[in-house]
Amino acid sequence: MRRIISILIENEAGALSRVAGLFSARGYNIESLTVAPTEDASLSRMTLVTRGSDDIIEQITKQLNKLIDVVKLIDLTEGAHIEREMLLIKVQAQGDERNELKRMADIFRGRVVDVTSSTYTIELTGSADKLDAFIVSLPAAKILETVRSGVSSISRGAKSLRL
Amino acid sequence: MKLTGAEIVVQCLVEEGVEHVFGYPGGAVLHIYDALFQQDKLKHILVRHEQAATHAADGYARSTEKPGVVLVTSGPGATNAVTGIATAYMDSIPMVVITGQVPTALIGNDAFQEVDSVGITRPCVKHNFLIKDVADIAVTMKKAFYIAMSGRPGPVVIDIPKDVTAETAEFIYPNKVEIRSYHPVIKGHLGQIKKAVKLMQTAERPMLYTGGGVILDNAAAELTRITQLLNFPITNTLMGLGAYPATDQQFLGMLGMHGTYEANMAMHHCDVLIAIGARFDDRVTGNIEKFCPTAKIIHVDIDPASISKNIKVDIPIVGPVKQVLTEMLKILEKNSAKVDAILLDNWWSQIEEWRATHCLKFKENSDKTKPQYVVQKLYEVTAGDAYVTSDVGQHQMWAAQYYKFDRPRRWINSGGLGTMGFGLPAAMGVQIAHPDAAVACITGEGSIQMCIQELATCLQYGLPVKIVCLNNGYLGMVRQWQEFFYQGRFAMSYMEALPDFVKLAEAYGHVGLRIEHATDVEGAFKEAFALKDRLVFMNFLTDPEENVYPMIPAGAGLNEMILI
Repeated sequence: MRRIISILIENEAGALSRVAGLFSARGYNIESLTVAPTEDASLSRMTLVTRGSDDIIEQITKQLNKLIDVVKLIDLTEGAHIEREMLLIKVQAQGDERNELKRMADIFRGRVVDVTSSTYTIELTGSADKLDAFIVSLPAAKILETVRSGVSSISRGAKSLRL
Repeated sequence: MKLTGAEIVVQCLVEEGVEHVFGYPGGAVLHIYDALFQQDKLKHILVRHEQAATHAADGYARSTEKPGVVLVTSGPGATNAVTGIATAYMDSIPMVVITGQVPTALIGNDAFQEVDSVGITRPCVKHNFLIKDVADIAVTMKKAFYIAMSGRPGPVVIDIPKDVTAETAEFIYPNKVEIRSYHPVIKGHLGQIKKAVKLMQTAERPMLYTGGGVILDNAAAELTRITQLLNFPITNTLMGLGAYPATDQQFLGMLGMHGTYEANMAMHHCDVLIAIGARFDDRVTGNIEKFCPTAKIIHVDIDPASISKNIKVDIPIVGPVKQVLTEMLKILEKNSAKVDAILLDNWWSQIEEWRATHCLKFKENSDKTKPQYVVQKLYEVTAGDAYVTSDVGQHQMWAAQYYKFDRPRRWINSGGLGTMGFGLPAAMGVQIAHPDAAVACITGEGSIQMCIQELATCLQYGLPVKIVCLNNGYLGMVRQWQEFFYQGRFAMSYMEALPDFVKLAEAYGHVGLRIEHATDVEGAFKEAFALKDRLVFMNFLTDPEENVYPMIPAGAGLNEMILI
């Protein structure tokens, strides 16, 4: 099953490599990983998307908790949560294609953020599924470059992951 | 008062009550060695290879309740130490390893003797630190000792660049340290403990399976009380030997791949399994699909990640073994509910039947001395009271099977990582911690050559370790597997060009004995142990074709042992 694990971790050199090293050493997979400091500069928040059976996920959360630098973590997929990822995609856009691409971006509530005579760069935010759907809807041959931010996620309601 | 970083490092060790540091100097730690030179509270033991420094500190820690402390230089000093760090990590041994590092300004420049020590050791330490500011040394050292010793213990590496040890700072050693992200469990959940006790009291075929965690938490006395109060059968893992007296009738011997028939059969057929401070290692469980098919399992462990990692358990209890056992005892002692004595008697009768196979019997000595016989004689001559370290292989299994450990912290071996070369340096650490005790290192002609250089260290510090080399001319365990599973194709398992160990021992200034006949074994031991202040290297020529039995082949269940 796909899981989104959110981690509060000491904002220290090497903290990221402890998490990444744990996953590679134990053979867990990482689908995406994002990390940035929080409002408290001593802490980073990491969002990690992984897949595994319930047993594997249990081991992953236990092993993560064992890392000394990990302050707290939560499996957001256990409850209601909001998931967002940002996509920047550069596509060939010439002649009639330009209108079609603009319409497609509008349908997905994306925005064209950079334009040249032959390309559009489109910004799109949403769940990972939505970004996948958008990419699939474009003619593959026209895609020049894609970059995705990796998933960020937060729980719904008053519950929060904090110290 | 302002001190240099190097002086602060030394002062921190003194504050922690450290008496011995095992190490080897080099460029990046020269300031620290200079500070060591100018004090007399800490004694430094100069090994001949950094790997040995870590094993010696490890043996020191295992045989005491104290952490082992290591000091090595940057680059090769640190990489040589890695095997010993990983060995300690796998067996959860508390250790603090200080590695020198190139000056801060040179880090990342491929400087002379530079290596990313923090990066290299990350997967085999409980935690590690790179200190970049002299003002951080004291608090980091405090944290390192706290982390190494608390919760599930383990090695901690502190990497200190040379310039940081030269700078000065005000020295204040904190009494206590808070780490907001680290809170080891200090109490098991009472509800779970009560549930476990209830299940234990309704057991028809109970079995206690205990590991190194009992020894690490100094809970042997509590374990013994509870086992005897309930009259349950008990087995120990390789790491747990000595937690329950091996000479007691309730003890079924070690379990697992080379465990006893009765221990493994009782595991397989029990209806309630009580696992304490053990981690269901693959050498213990055999095929996990076939493991304890009829048992409800209680698992007590300090590390939540150990629980349900390999085997799903029914009643997990996360907590320190000693505290949990104490709590169980309290409940048991005021609770009148008793285990059904008749059912328990039936269970014991079944176990006695299994025990009657005498699975550890071995063939008589012929013209070749049997290695098992040598270990038995060692046990007799030392009256079961020696500290015994071992290397890795057949001799390790024979030591575990035939030396009966009645006390914890007497059996010192690399169980998890299986590090050849561990035995001799570990024995040095044990002897330093217990200068007057009998310390034997059971080894083979293969393993002993992996850290043979430490014979010089033993001479320098007058360590009268008794080396019991079971020399069968083969890497015996490799040979055994090749015989069983590779149709006797003995690839690289024959040890050609062996040195003359007697001359070798003498060249290092020690006593060497060569024992060719079984009839000379006992005499050799008596002679060796009478030489109280000398290291004696006993080279026992043993039967080259002897195998370790019983054995569970790979993929089999605990009830599918090969007996002799």
